[in-house]
Amino acid sequence: MSDARFIVIGGGVVGAAISYGLARLGHPVTMIDGADDAFRASRANFGLVWVQSKGLGKPDYAAWSRRSAALYEDFRAELEDESGVDCAYHRPGGVTLALSDDELEEQVAILGQIRGEAPAGEFEFEVVERAQLDNMLPGLGPEVVGATYSAHDGETNSLFLLHALHGAFQRRGGAYVQGHHVTGIEAAAGGGYAVSTADGTVHTGDRVVVAAGLGNQELAARVGLEVPVRPVQGQVIVTERADPLLSMPTLNVKQTREGTFMLGASQAEVDYDITTDAAVLKRIAARNLRAFPFLSDLRVVRSWAGLRVMTPDGFPIYDQSPSHPGIFIATGHSGVTTAAAHAYVLADYFSKGEIGAELAGLSSARFHVQA
Amino acid sequence: MFRRRAAPAATVTVRLDGEAVAAAAGDSVAAVLLAAGADYRRHGVGGAARAPFCMIGNCHDCLVEVDGVANRQGCLVTVAEGMRIRRMRGKPVLAT
Ligand SMILES: Cc1cc2nc3c(=O)[nH]c(=O)nc-3n(C[C@H](O)[C@H](O)[C@H](O)COP(=O)(O)OP(=O)(O)OC[C@H]3O[C@@H](n4cnc5c(N)ncnc54)[C@H](O)[C@@H]3O)c2cc1C
Repeated sequence: MSDARFIVIGGGVVGAAISYGLARLGHPVTMIDGADDAFRASRANFGLVWVQSKGLGKPDYAAWSRRSAALYEDFRAELEDESGVDCAYHRPGGVTLALSDDELEEQVAILGQIRGEAPAGEFEFEVVERAQLDNMLPGLGPEVVGATYSAHDGETNSLFLLHALHGAFQRRGGAYVQGHHVTGIEAAAGGGYAVSTADGTVHTGDRVVVAAGLGNQELAARVGLEVPVRPVQGQVIVTERADPLLSMPTLNVKQTREGTFMLGASQAEVDYDITTDAAVLKRIAARNLRAFPFLSDLRVVRSWAGLRVMTPDGFPIYDQSPSHPGIFIATGHSGVTTAAAHAYVLADYFSKGEIGAELAGLSSARFHVQA
Repeated sequence: MFRRRAAPAATVTVRLDGEAVAAAAGDSVAAVLLAAGADYRRHGVGGAARAPFCMIGNCHDCLVEVDGVANRQGCLVTVAEGMRIRRMRGKPVLAT
């Protein structure tokens, strides 16, 4: 029923992609988002649309990442058409550089396992020797021994992406309610659900999508779903602009279309802390200078810390509440990569009222304590 | 467009895009470029013509290459004898 009214909680890249997808199918949608001081991974990330290394031991997730990457060019074009915002997506392939033989061996083993777990021919990667790599990327440091390359990989500007999603959503008639913290989800008297916010406003809808990033654990628990997400901090460095040098992204260094270099990213369990730390930034710079020594000629213009929305196994969670049918949850890391699949495939599942079997391995049941 | 109000007491010679140019001792690099005439720089994204706006270190519209270092704020750098100054025509090209 495409006239089912949806309430989507969360306006980050996950909530916005789903909201856009639902509005595109003709649903009336209200997207309720927190205030400007909320933790928002969607505004702090690295902007890779990344497939290689995703889904080790979880072929469903690897396939989902590939599916999203394959949809991304159409997604970008449609968003640009509908919002007027070019999110600078391109898919030249991507490389993960290795600074030692051990690193390369480990990477190749991981990607080899992912390839083995995928249906034949669906995931390909190449091991690139140093000599060949020099033809792909200029200015590599002497310690770079080689890399893995995958044609599935690409990158976008994640701020433009979020902006484009919000614009396209509202152009499709979606309502965006900003600065409202959802505090309650209850069954409504006449059927459907009542979603209430801290200031006492109540929004009613036939169905609800919980896509509130780090707010998901608390919200999902209200509807009987176990969604153990925690913050994992990542810090990122941005340099001044330079003429284009890198034609493709690497896992930790990319050059934006405007010319800045982004250097990432740390991983730290520091709870809800988004302060940068000189020692951490120094480590990020040092590692990436070994890969690309020419970066030392550039000044740093910005750095920040953001909080990843992390599940215990690192894979996303897609589920429907057993006690409250019609309430769905969507959360996890790599929401930029999965945005096209969220808009085109997941929204369709929510519209139909049932999550497709391809995502069965990503339900929250995997975290239930086994009796 | 800009005219000196008084003749400088002391001068230094700098290289502006390879040409010898006389500057007043104590001038900022931005002042030397302004005195030398139009076309201060081109923006790194889109190539629009730009020139200093604030001359006190805030606006970053006076970016210029000084002694091989790109994107220096011309209004905050004082000229020195023999200084090599280059107008920026877009983004710096890195040596790899
Ligand atoms: C440093 C870093 C680098 C990353 N790099 C990449 C990358 O290269 N590629 C990639 O694919 N992913 C990357 N990620 C991950 C990606 O950014 C996240 O997966 C994604 O942004 C999560 O989006 P989200 O909408 O779930 O959460 P968020 O962006 O955190 O948004 C959640 C929203 O929910 C709202 N909210 C929360 N609680 C409530 C409530 N109770 N009521 C109403 N609203 C609420 C908040 O206001 C917020 O706007 C990176 C993350 C980080 C931190």
